[in-house]
Amino acid sequence: MVRVENLTFGYGADGFRLRVPEFSLDDGERVAVVGPSGSGKTTLLNLIAGILRPDDGRIDVAGTEVSGLSDAARRRFRASRIGFVFQDFALLDYLSARQNIFYPYRITPALVLDDAARDRAERLASACGIGDKLDRHPGGLSQGEQQRVAICRALVTQPKLILSDEATGNLDPDSKARILDLLFEQATEAGAAVLAVTHDHELLPRFERVLDFAQFREGATA
Amino acid sequence: MNALFLAFSYLRYHWARSLVLVLVAALIMFVPVATQTLLSTSERALVARGEATPLLLGSRGSQLDLTMAALYFSEERPDPVAMREVESVWDSGLGVPIPVHTAFSSGGFRIVGTTLDYFDFRDLTPASGRGLSILGDAVIGSDVAAALGKRVGDTLVSAPENLFDLDGVYPLEMPIVGVLEPTNTPDDQAIFVDIKTAWVIQGIGHGHEDVVTAADVAAGTAALANAAVVQYQRITDDNIDSFHFHGSQDDFPASAVIVVPNDTRSSTILKGRYLDSELPTQLIEPAGVIQGLVDRIFRIKSLLDVVTAIIAVAAFAAVGLAVFLSYRLRAREIATAVKLGAQKGMVLRLLAAETITLLLIAGSIAAIGAAIVSRNAESWVGWLLALGA
Repeated sequence: MVRVENLTFGYGADGFRLRVPEFSLDDGERVAVVGPSGSGKTTLLNLIAGILRPDDGRIDVAGTEVSGLSDAARRRFRASRIGFVFQDFALLDYLSARQNIFYPYRITPALVLDDAARDRAERLASACGIGDKLDRHPGGLSQGEQQRVAICRALVTQPKLILSDEATGNLDPDSKARILDLLFEQATEAGAAVLAVTHDHELLPRFERVLDFAQFREGATA
Repeated sequence: MNALFLAFSYLRYHWARSLVLVLVAALIMFVPVATQTLLSTSERALVARGEATPLLLGSRGSQLDLTMAALYFSEERPDPVAMREVESVWDSGLGVPIPVHTAFSSGGFRIVGTTLDYFDFRDLTPASGRGLSILGDAVIGSDVAAALGKRVGDTLVSAPENLFDLDGVYPLEMPIVGVLEPTNTPDDQAIFVDIKTAWVIQGIGHGHEDVVTAADVAAGTAALANAAVVQYQRITDDNIDSFHFHGSQDDFPASAVIVVPNDTRSSTILKGRYLDSELPTQLIEPAGVIQGLVDRIFRIKSLLDVVTAIIAVAAFAAVGLAVFLSYRLRAREIATAVKLGAQKGMVLRLLAAETITLLLIAGSIAAIGAAIVSRNAESWVGWLLALGA
């Protein structure tokens, strides 16, 4: 699903630099990325998603060399192939839960909001236990419910890769495990691989593989 | 469509903020347009009234006061002009003099004592009832009828005042015999009576019971004085014959005399006759006086325009700042959109859609307001001009 080779990236001449000689993620695999703050975990996700361009090296996602795409193509690729789950949920307060799930369809012509997408959203919401709360705005939902909405938003486009950036970081201990299990369950059903940045070491046994990131940062002090 | 959907959702969810921005932007757009409309309508109305009144004869003094009193029935009270001046114009054969007596009021509206020529001159026709025919009759303008809730068959009582004669002004009850068609001029806010009725209000003319009655004569007491003479405060069919005036009518007052010259030559001759500054009277062209007033107003308006422009720029800057801060507050949303694969111009389109939606709603409100002002400008200007009366 994801293959990274000889990747280097840096913020400016003297700034943070990242070097990943090799990294891979198989189809449907669930891999946790751990490491100290500032070690470049989120940067790796952004590079894989095509938000950042590497200085050198190759990033291949689902058979597409992301690093070789134009900016517009990377945006289209990201919208149609990758689902994102964020620590702060990144829901829009002015949209209902339903419209938050549809949000990816509102911001890019690469996706079409058709009946199939609407049905998929309803099914995902029911599976995540928020089927009866789709008309509520984020302010009317608990944090766990908000993250469920975010998971639905990440999966509704049927991506083959879910990038999760501290998805459970803002949740209480009970909710963390439940939300992660839910994410895995839905990702498995959709046939998507999960690459998750996390600081919650108690959750690591739930992953198939753990990647310690400290080794990849050049000149890392942490 | 998606940008519009998101923009509308955002504006609807933050409705209070959107409402404030819309109202502020609408006001910024509406105020200059409405001011401009009202001012240009005022100018047209003022100038039209002035141009429709060829000459004005009155006591020497402020030409503006004379014009305002005679044309707009304002509170200015120029020194009265004697009715012999009216006769003088008649005798010259150079034009038609129309005296106007605007010293009294009723219910907050000016009582205008004049002659029937005034109605022909201003082309005033009754919407209901009839014109003036006998002493005491009153014909009211459309705004007076609406404001006081009066119609034909009702009565009006003049407000007691002491203007020309400290002990001679009595309230007079006058029957309303007609209501005029609206004209959007100061005539809509006037109560018209015959000038003789105005003199009755002033106390120059009056009616009372006979001091010596037939019974007195029969009883042989005709020589005795009767202290209990009843003075009438209402003119009726029964007592109208008892009304009479003391003194010569030549000395009776009018506030001003509108003079309608036969032609340009007559106008020139008439103006020449009143050029002598030693004369107690003057003959003026109201159009020139009004134009002078309008020019002054518009000089002030130019200043007002600059102030309005500065305020508009400041207000738009404030609105712009509010919108900019709103964009800053949404930096996280924009970052999320980019991460989820938003097209490059999407964020710009989304923010533009919001701004354009706000401006369109504000523009629509301003346009509706401007249309309402434009549609009612003439009647509102008539009312505004009458405020000083």
